Amino acid sequence: MEHRPIKAESDTREHLVVIGNGMAGCRAVEELLARDAARYRVTIFGAEPRVNYNRIMLSPVLAGEKCFDDIVINDADWYAANGIALVAGDPVVTIDREAKTVTTRGGVSESYDKLLIATGSDPFIIPVPGKDLPGVIAFRDMDDVGAMLSAAERGGSAVVIGGGLLGLEAAHGLSLRGMKVTVLHLMPTLMERQLDEAAGWLLKQALEARGQTILTGADTAEIIGNGKVEGVKLKDGTLIPADIVVMAVGIRPSTALAREAGLAIGRGIQVDDHMVTSDADILAVGECVEHDGQVYGLVAPLWDMCRSLADGLVETPTGYRGSVTSTKLKVSGIDVFSAGDFSGGDGCEDIVLRDASRGVYKRVIVKDDRIVGAVLYGDTADGNWYFDLLKKQEDVSDLRDVLIFGQAFASGGGQADPKAAVAALSDDAEICGCNGVSKGQVVSCIAKGAHSLDAVRGSCKASASCGSCTGLVENLLALTLGDDVQSGPKTMCKCTSFGHDDVRREIVAQDMRSIPEVMQKLHWSTPDGCSACRPALNYYLLCALPGEYVDDQQSRFVNERLHANIQKDGTYSVVPRMWGGLTNPRELRAIADVVEKYEAPMVKVTGGQRLDIFGIKKEDLPAVWADLNAAGMVSGHAYGKALRTVKTCVGSEWCRFGTQDSTGLGVKLERMSWGSWMPHKFKIAVSGCPRNCAEATIKDFGVVCVDSGYELHVGGNGGIHVRATDLLCKVATEQEAMDHCAAFIQLYREEARYLERTAPWIERVGLEHIKARIVDDEAGREALRARFLYSQSFSQDDPWAQRAEGAEAEHHAPMARFTPQKEIA
Amino acid sequence: MTTTAEWLDIGWVDQIPVRGSRTVQVEGGDDIAVFRTAEGKVFALLDRCPHKHGRLSQGIVHGGAVACPLHNWRISLSTGEALGDDKGCTPTVPVKIDGGRVLICRASTLKAAA
Repeated sequence: MEHRPIKAESDTREHLVVIGNGMAGCRAVEELLARDAARYRVTIFGAEPRVNYNRIMLSPVLAGEKCFDDIVINDADWYAANGIALVAGDPVVTIDREAKTVTTRGGVSESYDKLLIATGSDPFIIPVPGKDLPGVIAFRDMDDVGAMLSAAERGGSAVVIGGGLLGLEAAHGLSLRGMKVTVLHLMPTLMERQLDEAAGWLLKQALEARGQTILTGADTAEIIGNGKVEGVKLKDGTLIPADIVVMAVGIRPSTALAREAGLAIGRGIQVDDHMVTSDADILAVGECVEHDGQVYGLVAPLWDMCRSLADGLVETPTGYRGSVTSTKLKVSGIDVFSAGDFSGGDGCEDIVLRDASRGVYKRVIVKDDRIVGAVLYGDTADGNWYFDLLKKQEDVSDLRDVLIFGQAFASGGGQADPKAAVAALSDDAEICGCNGVSKGQVVSCIAKGAHSLDAVRGSCKASASCGSCTGLVENLLALTLGDDVQSGPKTMCKCTSFGHDDVRREIVAQDMRSIPEVMQKLHWSTPDGCSACRPALNYYLLCALPGEYVDDQQSRFVNERLHANIQKDGTYSVVPRMWGGLTNPRELRAIADVVEKYEAPMVKVTGGQRLDIFGIKKEDLPAVWADLNAAGMVSGHAYGKALRTVKTCVGSEWCRFGTQDSTGLGVKLERMSWGSWMPHKFKIAVSGCPRNCAEATIKDFGVVCVDSGYELHVGGNGGIHVRATDLLCKVATEQEAMDHCAAFIQLYREEARYLERTAPWIERVGLEHIKARIVDDEAGREALRARFLYSQSFSQDDPWAQRAEGAEAEHHAPMARFTPQKEIA
Repeated sequence: MTTTAEWLDIGWVDQIPVRGSRTVQVEGGDDIAVFRTAEGKVFALLDRCPHKHGRLSQGIVHGGAVACPLHNWRISLSTGEALGDDKGCTPTVPVKIDGGRVLICRASTLKAAA
């Protein structure tokens, strides 16, 4: 580029030298010119050999939507017209603060009165082996885009490291250019700094649907290749072939030059409210600075900084006070927006709208009646409105009920009341899009006696599918009936308007496969659920997708996560399985050894005929299990919503009253059903005669042996509300008893609500329903049994053995240990 | 980044499971529980529920709160206050993240764990 550093003899103005010909440097000059065009003589140094362009628009250039000329902000004429000397393609390499000069790599030296550093940021290259191989490209400037474009012409595969904004834009561009693209992202969800988990999940689904491969939780170990990039190896050993690797993991303020000049540096070049550094004659602006502890990587704060900087340069200072940032962008054609703080926390209330069929997720975070953050996915039209309310700190209490519907709805005069808004709809306005139900039809069905949400769903089907119109139907009920609305079935928790049965039905009907998917499709009102719904959803998915669903450990209660029972002092109790209550010297010795070795303060025989070892420390659990495993014992699941124990009496083998081999049948039942997850704990007992020493008639499934066969009892409970079992049927053989047991367990697993024991379940659905499914319908019983055994083929791995071998060791060991130093010697 | 007079370096952020927690053992005192939310924020609290001293590190993390494993009290991760109708407060420990490392405030750790 041209270089016109020669100063006219007559020009005695102060000289402003700008290092950085990017967006911040040029904008600062523009702001200065707008205030006083004649005040300073200006020289700009740029490292890139070109005029000032809009770096944000590199993505459209990569995607082929724009060319370089389209993204130029200031062309050569602008520099000429404003008398600005531009030295491009020759970066400044030293600043001499004593002599007040700067020198370029090419040896050009220039003196300054005021120096402005606007060096922006450098791409962060993760320090893995192979990072310097040809074919590893950053995504920062026009040269990088050029390198990607020429690689794309050759076709092949690209790996993009980094699932943030920059990485996804690179991936989108390369994908449009015909490359097979894999995105590697270290974090569990994409763009975690701009999007919450739910929106990140939606984005991943959408990008995968567009043909990109997205690997989250992917930790790069090295870039491999002989002389050039050939692939990327992950820490878990996965190898992904690649012709190019785009490194887009983040940016770091470019501070090297300022640091060498001895300016104060924190995370960036430290500046005051007027963008002045620790040297009064040197200013800095843009991504390279740190102001009030903050470093910015977005464009809006740059503009704010440039204004304050220019005000200072013309001696009418207005301090920069930091920026509240928002991000509004299109990723691969998908609109996303976020602003403010969306991490939630105290006093923060989430207002969430999910519209699954439109692929829309909106979340507004309100604290003390003011918006503090917003995340929008799929429909960002109201982003600016929310951001405006956020920045102005406006009290939104009057808008609260309609806030999430957006500005058009909320500011529609008398429609601020959602009931009034529904009242204003015409009779033929569609309420339920899924089932094509109009307002008139809903109202007439309410008038005919459907006085609850459930009744409306049952009679005219409104809100019976995706549920997104539930609020509208509820408002119509309130409008039509006033106070006579009957509250519907209990919802699962405060996160959803659906009950357990609705959720289960929809999981199966819509083939849902993960907790975030359920929360999105069923319009959860919280971003990641609560301690009530997450374990329930985890169970429902596990039950619906045996062998396929990956259990979410963080959605399990601690006992099921640690496979032991937490006690009030934070230690755990351990119950090894003793099949049918039988044991032997080897097992007893192993238990005795564990008690001594780990100094367990108590051992107790449980009500279910097992031995419970108390007072084991969390970090000792894997070693305890290893010792018990060595003696052939596995987890007793005494901690789980699962089969607990099969209690037996001694039966015909020893007892003079025994009619059948009750211990033998007990062992067989336990071998069949151990390890299965259930809605709640499940206890079985087998008594060898009607004296019922094993107390089979207060168990979930009880067998009472008689001379002619086996009486099968269900739905007993010895808990708070003691309930004796109902007699299900009588069968002749052991095999039939086993088959009925398997079928009954599966029916309970599929139909009961999470945390509902068999007793209340049977009282709710009626014994006749159970009999119809298990006793009368032989084919149905066989199908239930087959489903149970199929599911069991995936669940009978001893969790203790896995842990004893080191699986999920992080559950047990502390992250760090700290020994306080003695403060006084 | 290393341990300084003010901050204790306890490890990498990604050693803490998302929506989960880890502990820091303090010799002669109670553990400190370090949580990581779905949003990726990290918080530290004394590992003791104000109700019956349950280990909060073993609870289910949801939103910005943790549910105590003993009686399901919900404790705010940022303030340590019990949420809902329950009343009580667990001491908090300031946390900062530097280059992917988790640092917890030395003075608060000592005070909380004492």
